[in-house]
Amino acid sequence: MNTDTVVDAGKAPDSSSARHLGHEPGLLPEGWEMVVGLEVHAELATESKMFSPAPNVFGGEPNTNVHPVCLGLPGTLPVVNRNAVELAIRIGLALNCTVNRCIWARKNYFYPDMAKDYQISQYDQPLNVDGHLELPSGAVIGIERAHMEEDAGKTVHVGDDGRIASAGYSLVDYNRAGVPLVEIVSRPDIAGPEQAKEYVEELRSILVAIGASDGKMEEGSLRVDANVSVRPVGSDELRTRCEIKNVNSLRSIGRAIVYEAQRHVQLYESGEAPIQETRHWDEEAGRTRPGRSKEEAEDYRYFADPDLVPIDPSPEWIAEIAAALPALPKQRRDALIERGGAHDDAAIVVGRDLDGLALTAIGAGADAQRVLTHIRNNLAVDGAENLDAADFAELVKMETGGALTATQAKQVLAEMVETGSDPASIAAARGFEAMDAGELEGLVDQLIAEHPDEWARFISGDDGDRKKMQGFFTGQIMKATKGQADGKIVNQLLSAKSGG
Amino acid sequence: MTTARPVPTDSVLDIAAAVRAGERSAVDVLEQHLARIAERDDEIHAFNTVTDEAARQQAAAVDASVAAGETVGPLAGVPVALKDNLSTRGVTTTCSSRILENWVPPYDATVVERLAAAGAVFVGKTNLDEFAMGSSTENSAFGPTRNPLDTGRVPGGSSGGSAAAVTAGFAAASLGSDTGGSIRQPAALCGLVGMKPTYGGVSRYGLVAFASSLDQIGPFTRTVAESAAVYDVIAGPDPRDSTSIPKQHVPVSATLGDGIDGLRVGVVTELSGRGNDAFEPGVVEAAFAAAEALSDAGAKVEDVSIPTAVAGLSAYYMIAPAEASSNLARYDGVRYGLRKPGPNTAAMMAASRTAGFGDEVKRRIMLGTYALSAGYYDAFYGKAQRIRTLMIREFDRVYENFDVLLSPTSPCVAFEFGAKADPVTMYYNDVCTIPSNLTGQPAISVPFGTGAHGLPVGVQLMAPMLGEPVMYRVAAALEGLAP
Amino acid sequence: MSSHHETPGAPAPRAHLTTDDVAKVAKLALLELSDDELETFTGQLDAVLDLAEQLDEFDIGDIPPTAHPFGLVNVFRDDVAAVGHDAEVMREEALAAAPEVEAHQFKVPPALGEAP
Repeated sequence: MNTDTVVDAGKAPDSSSARHLGHEPGLLPEGWEMVVGLEVHAELATESKMFSPAPNVFGGEPNTNVHPVCLGLPGTLPVVNRNAVELAIRIGLALNCTVNRCIWARKNYFYPDMAKDYQISQYDQPLNVDGHLELPSGAVIGIERAHMEEDAGKTVHVGDDGRIASAGYSLVDYNRAGVPLVEIVSRPDIAGPEQAKEYVEELRSILVAIGASDGKMEEGSLRVDANVSVRPVGSDELRTRCEIKNVNSLRSIGRAIVYEAQRHVQLYESGEAPIQETRHWDEEAGRTRPGRSKEEAEDYRYFADPDLVPIDPSPEWIAEIAAALPALPKQRRDALIERGGAHDDAAIVVGRDLDGLALTAIGAGADAQRVLTHIRNNLAVDGAENLDAADFAELVKMETGGALTATQAKQVLAEMVETGSDPASIAAARGFEAMDAGELEGLVDQLIAEHPDEWARFISGDDGDRKKMQGFFTGQIMKATKGQADGKIVNQLLSAKSGG
Repeated sequence: MTTARPVPTDSVLDIAAAVRAGERSAVDVLEQHLARIAERDDEIHAFNTVTDEAARQQAAAVDASVAAGETVGPLAGVPVALKDNLSTRGVTTTCSSRILENWVPPYDATVVERLAAAGAVFVGKTNLDEFAMGSSTENSAFGPTRNPLDTGRVPGGSSGGSAAAVTAGFAAASLGSDTGGSIRQPAALCGLVGMKPTYGGVSRYGLVAFASSLDQIGPFTRTVAESAAVYDVIAGPDPRDSTSIPKQHVPVSATLGDGIDGLRVGVVTELSGRGNDAFEPGVVEAAFAAAEALSDAGAKVEDVSIPTAVAGLSAYYMIAPAEASSNLARYDGVRYGLRKPGPNTAAMMAASRTAGFGDEVKRRIMLGTYALSAGYYDAFYGKAQRIRTLMIREFDRVYENFDVLLSPTSPCVAFEFGAKADPVTMYYNDVCTIPSNLTGQPAISVPFGTGAHGLPVGVQLMAPMLGEPVMYRVAAALEGLAP
Repeated sequence: MSSHHETPGAPAPRAHLTTDDVAKVAKLALLELSDDELETFTGQLDAVLDLAEQLDEFDIGDIPPTAHPFGLVNVFRDDVAAVGHDAEVMREEALAAAPEVEAHQFKVPPALGEAP
């Protein structure tokens, strides 16, 4: 992935969406690139449903989290959940959208799990429009809209072979019917499978950070549809796209996009063209299949829902919600990077929600990059809450001051997490003291003399050999010093002695 | 054959006063009404369901409260009939449709809760044009209701059963729903007072929707004072209806007798029927006689032109079917109601809907589906919603100079069964009532004299949003001036 | 998702409704019509659409559509969970109304295709 494309964060991307910021080569035949837009449905973390007081909880015995309103019983009326709107506004603000006066629209279609046979959604006047999301890699993805709607229930197809179109019957459970959703529609700015995954991961971490959604893909809290098309590299055109449904894991998002884009290229290269349609991703078969039959015209007959009134958020209300927004993942990453952390490490540390620990330790004088490296490599997420940030800072200072080798520091850290003791006591109890460089050099010379063949391979072998032999010598030294040697210094010594 | 007036019975106010005072038992009052039902409803068919057993329990409970010295509500012991499109927990709610023939709701409509809390006793669920679509009650899947004043004629519709029930003395009052005139027109044809409140004035929660932006629930009674009493009970904000106006209800009963001296009454040229062949002369004469009577009694009466009023019918027949096509999608054989078998879900749904809906409902669903579909939205539904805005602006402007407006309620008196078989001819019945549904403004029909065949004529009074207090004042005065 | 109705506007004068139009609409609305019904309904619906032509007489310019006659906005309820009555009772009452039930769920013939 192209990571050196940095765009001014304050600048919204050009909505006409011409060129990608990161073409992902090697996935399509020469001369083609992918154009991907994602529609992410996020279930909001409310107590009750969008329009009905029925509980919004995952699972539960079938048809127990229901109320006359979400069952669509005749005569019932929807009333909007204020908290759902606030969470939706939070999402809009976090995605740099304009928050608008909006109305509810009915999307009319017959399906058994849609209790009213229409979905209350938003159409031509959505809540949030024209935002953007900056990915950790620096790419900026345009957000067309983030609108509110209600979820459908679940239809379980009980067939002879489990396939949808086979004989048998279906069972409908309305526990999920009416759960509040925000549908976040990106512009077709996504360059390929890696960027798509990065987008979903970043979006997910934002939704979780602002408390809008639990973001659990495995429970369907976050569901992704991908709009995929292809075009010649360098072109600005937007060709016929297909909407791929049912891509509900990070892995399947990438696979589905690549499969579909390859299908399009094959069609074009054989003189045909894809038709605009909805397709479903079949994870097992690793392919997409056409959705509804094509002769079934999709005419949703959208119109303003007469049972509901517009939402017109006042500037004061929006400001209040904005003021209560927690720091977003990007801001948190930037805070670490500003203090000297590497970009990738900062992303991982924030992703694990351990940036608070890191900032405290860095604030106490510990080296930022060592702090991030330890958190990234040596701190299991579960143990981190037992760690005292001041002790952690002390450990890093001991290491950078030469009192502990990297390997020793790692062992001390593990014990700190386990016992809660301070690093100095643990190091003393273990008898750790760093070897000085002179002592180490003697050892290295001795080992080189004892293993001339290996040393020859280290000096003149190919890259693979050199790496293997470096591992051999380091291992021998660690063995001889019972792990007290500093691996970094050993490598420096080996390198210096080989003349490279 | 013809009785020009509803069966004279005790009024809502007399019954409630006597029951509260312990002078009459609610059970006795109920039995009187049940006896009339038993005697005559086979012929009239006002009811789809008579809830006599539940009513006896409710009446007994009211009597017990009175005996125990507890406070009872303003409608204590008053027998009330409910249009069968109002949801009643544990009692079938059919909308006079095969598709809901056996549906028993698990919840009560807000108006039902409010009436019950006020001490009303529910005698039954009344017949209607299927899903309230019609002006004669001939579109009921369970057979038509007869007008108690002339059983060869329709009671009007769609709330024909609720009107007939009060006119026949089966109930002291009833509730109907009014989407394009479905309370006012049957009230006119049955010699009753029928009122459509300001949109949002009465909760729609539990009213099975026909056209959500037009539907309102309102009362049928024999007199204006009774109408006010029932309206005061059912009106007021409801958190379960997002379109309910969040303002404390101002009781209209208290100001009924305040008189009309100096009030400004406008006779709407486009709706007056004068010079219009589609209106019966007797109806037009009655309306102008009413205007003159009000003038004689001290009101300032003038003609006023509202050009968009004539567009009401056209706009209505785009908007109401469009909303209905969506509101009635849920009758699909999955969760409740009629199911006919089919090899897959869509086929089952289509078979159920085809067997469950009558022709008028199918017509309106198709019309509405068409009006909303891609390529036609702007030309039909979209345009109609804009005309509606134009109409609201015109009426608002007129109300700067008038307190109430006046017109006939219906172009004709009660007509014979089958007389208006052509849909568009039938639709024309609503020409005077529809504008108030489109603007959301309140309107009331008050009996005023008789027209052809000695049948009653209704005069409609219209008022601005939340203008019920002044509208009721004029209605009370008009009632007193009626021949 | 396109944010605009695809509307070329009504042809003027309006083309009369055909049985094909009505058949298409009936299919969208999940209604089955016999050939006779199709003929009858087509004539009747066309007559109603004639009424709509009256709307052309008015200049609607940039007049907005009416959403709610009272102009209400921002009507909300608090985020408090509750089922109708008791969850079990609610479920039993809801399922009692259903034409066919299995394992506390609403049973239907197999669906053709997935939801849109």
